[in-house]
Amino acid sequence: MSTRTLRGRVAVAGVGESEYTKRGEAKEPEFVLGLRAILAGCADAGIDPREVDGFASYSNDRNEPSRIAAALDCRELRFSNMQWGGGGGGGSAAVANGAAAIATGLADVVVVYRALAQGQFGRFGAGARRERVSGEPAFWLPYGLMSPAQMFAMRAMRLMHEHGIRQEAFRAVALASYRHAQSNPRAVMYGRPLSAEQYDASRWIAEPFHLYDCCLENDGAAALVLVSAERARDLRHPPVYLLGAAQGSERRAGAGSHNNPDYATASFKTVAPRMYEMAGVRPADVDVVQSYENFTGGVVMSLVEHGFFGYEEANEFCTLDNFSAPAGKLPLNTSGGNLAECYMHGLELQLEAVRQIRGHSTAQVPGARVALVASGPMVTPVSDMLVGSEAAL
Amino acid sequence: MSLLPEGLPAPAPQPDGLDRPYWDAARRHRLMAQRCNACGAWQWAPEWICHACRSFEIGWAEVPGNGRIFSWQRVWHPVHPALVGAVPYVVVLVELPGADGIRMIGNLAGDPRAPVEIGAEVEPLFEDHAQHTLVQWRRTP
Repeated sequence: MSTRTLRGRVAVAGVGESEYTKRGEAKEPEFVLGLRAILAGCADAGIDPREVDGFASYSNDRNEPSRIAAALDCRELRFSNMQWGGGGGGGSAAVANGAAAIATGLADVVVVYRALAQGQFGRFGAGARRERVSGEPAFWLPYGLMSPAQMFAMRAMRLMHEHGIRQEAFRAVALASYRHAQSNPRAVMYGRPLSAEQYDASRWIAEPFHLYDCCLENDGAAALVLVSAERARDLRHPPVYLLGAAQGSERRAGAGSHNNPDYATASFKTVAPRMYEMAGVRPADVDVVQSYENFTGGVVMSLVEHGFFGYEEANEFCTLDNFSAPAGKLPLNTSGGNLAECYMHGLELQLEAVRQIRGHSTAQVPGARVALVASGPMVTPVSDMLVGSEAAL
Repeated sequence: MSLLPEGLPAPAPQPDGLDRPYWDAARRHRLMAQRCNACGAWQWAPEWICHACRSFEIGWAEVPGNGRIFSWQRVWHPVHPALVGAVPYVVVLVELPGADGIRMIGNLAGDPRAPVEIGAEVEPLFEDHAQHTLVQWRRTP
């Protein structure tokens, strides 16, 4: 077997999160939320926090590993890693980076974390308040193209135009997240169901996105604890193995001012095949999918680019029933995800994938062996990962 | 009268000069984009090197012909105080067939509630402000 793989070499031993709240309602500072998530992850794994010797995060998380390691009295810091670029598209890459450190002997216990309190540091959805702007943003901010929803609306509109994909496909993504959140007490939208009628009647944010096509803005933190596969077998939970991972984007995805040649893409067309190849898994082997929802249209792109259905099948495939656990064809975002559990910048999706493989989800897919996480559609770089049980190895 | 209210971030050329020819040309009501002196490829957004041939000898040229709407959005939720009361407005991504299909972003003139058709032909509309000029778009007659 080639050694140039992560397949089966590293496992998630623990997951943890802070309380998830609406933006501005966190009872503690962002750094404390992060510590609580990490400590909860260590407790879940049954690992002394002082054993943690590596940290990996993404999207310029404000809470630096050196500060965390000092605060937790970690014996030694051996890996301090930040995935560069792509915002929430870095979630799965952070896991892969941490896993690569373990697989290559750079560190033994790596915490992957994201702490984000938008109530304390500003909303992602607010437009820039600067008087002057130069550089690439000067080509869009003066035209009122200022928020993430606006940044991605034209990609979704182009997707609809090129492939005849209808609003109902986007709606099904939103409805599935809200349905799953109703059984998840951690979810910010727990107890707040969403009907198709409510979706249709909801206000436009930027066409083609209704209010419910857009992710939440929340306060919270989430963490995963990674160890080698050997170590994981002696810990509290059955190991959840990393089967495959990839990151990146297609040619000239980063061309400025919406000039990426393939426009209506989630940027997984070159990334997903590499992930599947490493894992030795086909799309048909995937039991449950966690697909980052910044905006629903990007989820539809992600699912196509991960091989679950073709563009021409999207309208037929994207239904609430197909996306619902336990019995849908492709259970999607089973914790409620960024739309209805918590916008933990997507890392809640990695935690949910682990829970599915453990059999501990609040919307469990019976016997789930392989779970996909796709991080950050429509950005560059994106990243994705597959996790699985012992039976999937 | 401008398509959007005053008070949004106003564009200024990059301090390193990369995009100054574009903004200076817009002030003169000319639409310019980067064009490589070595291979002739058009390029947008501006960059210091030609992505097609890696030449640093990249120049500027006036974009010939009109554009086509490649994609669009109608914004209803104002995310900036200056936009409160100014919604809806339409943002278009315009493809320029005369310049290798490079794309530029602007607002679409006319009734913001009217249907917008991908593929519709549009022409630049130079919108003068006190210190800068924006390149907007209108449907060709």
